[in-house]
Amino acid sequence: MSEHEHHDHHEDEGPHASFSGYMIGFMASVVLTAIPFWLVMGDVFASPGATALVILGFAAVQILVHMIYFLHMNFHSEGGWNMLSLLFTAVLLFITLFGSLWVMYHMNVNMMPGMM
Amino acid sequence: MSEQFDLGKLIFGRLTLESIPYHDPIIIATFVMVAIGGIALLVAVTRAKLWGYLWSEWFTSIDHKRIGVMYMILGIVMLLRGFADAIMMRIQQAIAFGDSMGYLPPDHYDQIFTAHGVIMIFFVAMPFVVGLMNYIVPLQIGARDVAFPFLNNFSFWMTASGAVLVMVSLFIGEFAKSGWLAYPPLTGILQSPGVGVDYYIWALQIAGVGTLLSGVNFVVTIVKMRAPGMSLMKMPIFTWTALCTNVLIVAAFPILTAVLALLSLDRYMDMNFFTNDLGGNAMMYVNLIWIWGHPEVYILILPIFGVFSEIVATYSGKRLFGYSSMVYATVVITILSYLVWLHHFFTMGSGATVNSFFGITTMIISIPTGAKVFNWLFTMYRGRIKFDVPMLWTVGFMVTFVIGGMTGVLLAVPPADFVLHNSLFLIAHFHNVIIGGVVFGVFAAIAYWYPKVTGYKLDPFWGKMTFWFWLIGFYLAFMPLYVLGLMGVTRRMSHFDDPSLQIWFQIALVGAVFIGIGIICFLLQFYVSYRKRDSLRDETGDPWDGRTLEWSTTSPPPQYNFAITPCVYDNDAWWHMKANGFKHPREGFAPVHMPKNTAAGLVLAGISTVLGFAMIWHMWLLAGVSFAALIGATIVHTFNYKRDYYIPAGEVKQVERQRSEVLA
Amino acid sequence: MSQTAALNTGETGKFDFLAKDYHAPNGTLLGFWLYLMSDCLIFAALFATYGVLSQSYAGGPTGGDVFDLPLVALNTAFLLFSSITYGFAMLQMQQKKLAGTMIWLAITGLLGLSFLAVELYEFYHMIHIGAGPQRSAFLSSFFTLVGTHGLHVTFGIIWLCTLLVQLSKHGLIAANRRRLFCLSMFWHFLDVIWIGVFTVVYLMGSMT
Repeated sequence: MSEHEHHDHHEDEGPHASFSGYMIGFMASVVLTAIPFWLVMGDVFASPGATALVILGFAAVQILVHMIYFLHMNFHSEGGWNMLSLLFTAVLLFITLFGSLWVMYHMNVNMMPGMM
Repeated sequence: MSEQFDLGKLIFGRLTLESIPYHDPIIIATFVMVAIGGIALLVAVTRAKLWGYLWSEWFTSIDHKRIGVMYMILGIVMLLRGFADAIMMRIQQAIAFGDSMGYLPPDHYDQIFTAHGVIMIFFVAMPFVVGLMNYIVPLQIGARDVAFPFLNNFSFWMTASGAVLVMVSLFIGEFAKSGWLAYPPLTGILQSPGVGVDYYIWALQIAGVGTLLSGVNFVVTIVKMRAPGMSLMKMPIFTWTALCTNVLIVAAFPILTAVLALLSLDRYMDMNFFTNDLGGNAMMYVNLIWIWGHPEVYILILPIFGVFSEIVATYSGKRLFGYSSMVYATVVITILSYLVWLHHFFTMGSGATVNSFFGITTMIISIPTGAKVFNWLFTMYRGRIKFDVPMLWTVGFMVTFVIGGMTGVLLAVPPADFVLHNSLFLIAHFHNVIIGGVVFGVFAAIAYWYPKVTGYKLDPFWGKMTFWFWLIGFYLAFMPLYVLGLMGVTRRMSHFDDPSLQIWFQIALVGAVFIGIGIICFLLQFYVSYRKRDSLRDETGDPWDGRTLEWSTTSPPPQYNFAITPCVYDNDAWWHMKANGFKHPREGFAPVHMPKNTAAGLVLAGISTVLGFAMIWHMWLLAGVSFAALIGATIVHTFNYKRDYYIPAGEVKQVERQRSEVLA
Repeated sequence: MSQTAALNTGETGKFDFLAKDYHAPNGTLLGFWLYLMSDCLIFAALFATYGVLSQSYAGGPTGGDVFDLPLVALNTAFLLFSSITYGFAMLQMQQKKLAGTMIWLAITGLLGLSFLAVELYEFYHMIHIGAGPQRSAFLSSFFTLVGTHGLHVTFGIIWLCTLLVQLSKHGLIAANRRRLFCLSMFWHFLDVIWIGVFTVVYLMGSMT
């Protein structure tokens, strides 16, 4: 009986990569990494709060760069399920992170007042 | 001074002969019974020369139908153990008043309530729900198996491995005494230096890996392997609830894995996540474990909502009312289940602002469930209702679950919860929704789908007996607990001083006995039905005039489910096919591509069990060796590229011809 | 998302209920992506724990006391370069060049090993000066979060070596290409998590 191995090449072979895509992503990542390191090591801003916000912003952007240029994230791969699951995970990540920080901050203030 | 290299310590860790509880008569008696029963079973199987069959047809099977049945059997076996724990607690609480200390010393009682909770949630409810989804979902979507059949087998054996560790803890060492969620600092290394908490941790971590992979498996199966024409909004409602459940599994179980790992690090490596000193914060454990814990209870109940939706539609002879709103309600519940977790610890001290937020979200999440109840009722309205056993369970569920849900909304009010938290009111509430929901749902599902699995129906008389004893038993056992909770009685107590409370506990014991009789009726039902199977035979594959694709196959279905994948045009695909003159094909079959059986899942899970046992007992040499073996066996498995085969077209034709004779 | 079959109504009301020659599409890449999402959530729990406990020094060393930012920058460079070298391996795979794929994979593995070596040195040094994971909740959560990431890199390298052997045995067959895609997703995700780690743990932790 005929083997059906050949039907693999009709299927999703995975995302298509390009050299230019990788290079753009790489260069962007280098810049987005170097600047935060410089901001902190060089004590550039007076306020640590401002520094924190800025470097978090850079981190968010670099994550996006990785998603798009290295992981080939788009709205169509796997029928949109990749994007949907990523967004859902991101939402849960925020809830876990900020929910925990919010809850635990209040717990600590109320239940361990001397420590805060 | 130099330490002597202790070979005994390296090999045996902290395991000694003293670890076996010789001095406990209850455990010795249990062991004797288990040993006799176990040996009898082994002898019977050997005599009937069934080992080869069991190995090649069941243990190494990657067929979702076989795996589903194995999950159900695991659930039933562990139900007996979990119920034994329950009846022991009921007896203790009915007699231990004033001078009478009962028959269970507190540290035994504590292990019993811990084991009861762990077993019922992780090794009864989860296997039942996963087992149902395993058997039914591929059939409902017109697929031949799940997306990753080997992983499916592996997931089952990992769950079984966790159950084995919990059972072993009964005879070697002890179990945790901390309650089923094992809060530190009680479960830290200082206050629980023994093996009990370690048994807990490793059983759950190993089973958790299996569950997580199962979640990934089923999401991919439902997303990718639906029959042509079956868009998302044409899927059976049970498949929708299965999809949402498995999304919850993938999203929630990593948190459990992480938090148990952190507890392990505190215990094994003296770290300070949840300790009382050096900056630890035990409240963070409670916070994280409930971020997992609340989605977990929705993992248990959502498939059951799907089961009842299918049953209500079938036995009312009507399309499910409000299919779209059912789907939206399920999705909304899935998302909202992540925004309510703090209601499990309102009293821990987060204050009014935080408590109010979570109290409100908890009340909101009850609304979509309410919508579902109305949809079920509207499906029944003006339907031609057949009150077969599954429908009895459905009505019992609708009443009982709604009561439990209402007490839940009551508890969602933080000031009320401050009075009722950790009282018997809470215990009554969650048993109300879990028994009235999950347990009734599993019994209904078994009664409904049993003929599909075995080819014959379950005996209705014993089915009804099971139902009535469980229903009456549940109310007798748990309504008194609501009363006691409102009077202020705390949970997890093994002795009371106030004799006026005793009558309520005695009523609860009667209820537990009724439930025990219900379990006996449940087991008898299988035996009687098997004996009478010829008179209960399901000839057509469609004994209830069903609506979804699983009823289009024979009972039981052939190994490959569908010789030719069906095309779907409407909701209730099988109903539509019947209405439009579908005839089973007798020609035109192609070779069927099937995955091969494999022992790899069993082997990997077996090594994991050894690893878990070694880590529990600090047998570092064995732990190291088994960890290396685990990695090695996994790598070896990845070198196996030949995992499939083809059933020739001629064989398919033969099977289908035989079956067409039987089918409509 | 799904395949909607054309309604085959030859005669009035006749439906074609049989999908001949239907093959369900392969789900490996989606399945692995979903597994990666679950892995992200493990890290979410660890980040949340770090966030809650990051100021719990228990009188011991703070981040500013023990973090060596130039070393972290070196490590970050190793990981970022390893991401791009994996990308080159994938480009070679797309062009069906087995040798090129294997070479860039090997380089990726070496960069990963360099990352691990630096990290192990950092951990050793911190333990040596009394800033080990037992010292405080802050240090427990630091070592666990960064250490879990390092463990993932370790497993990635083991997988990479296994794949190299499998590539040399079977070449760029479909199964191996799928595995390369899966490892690619895994490897890039490690770098994504590292972005979070160096920002939240090292950079923000050094500002104390």
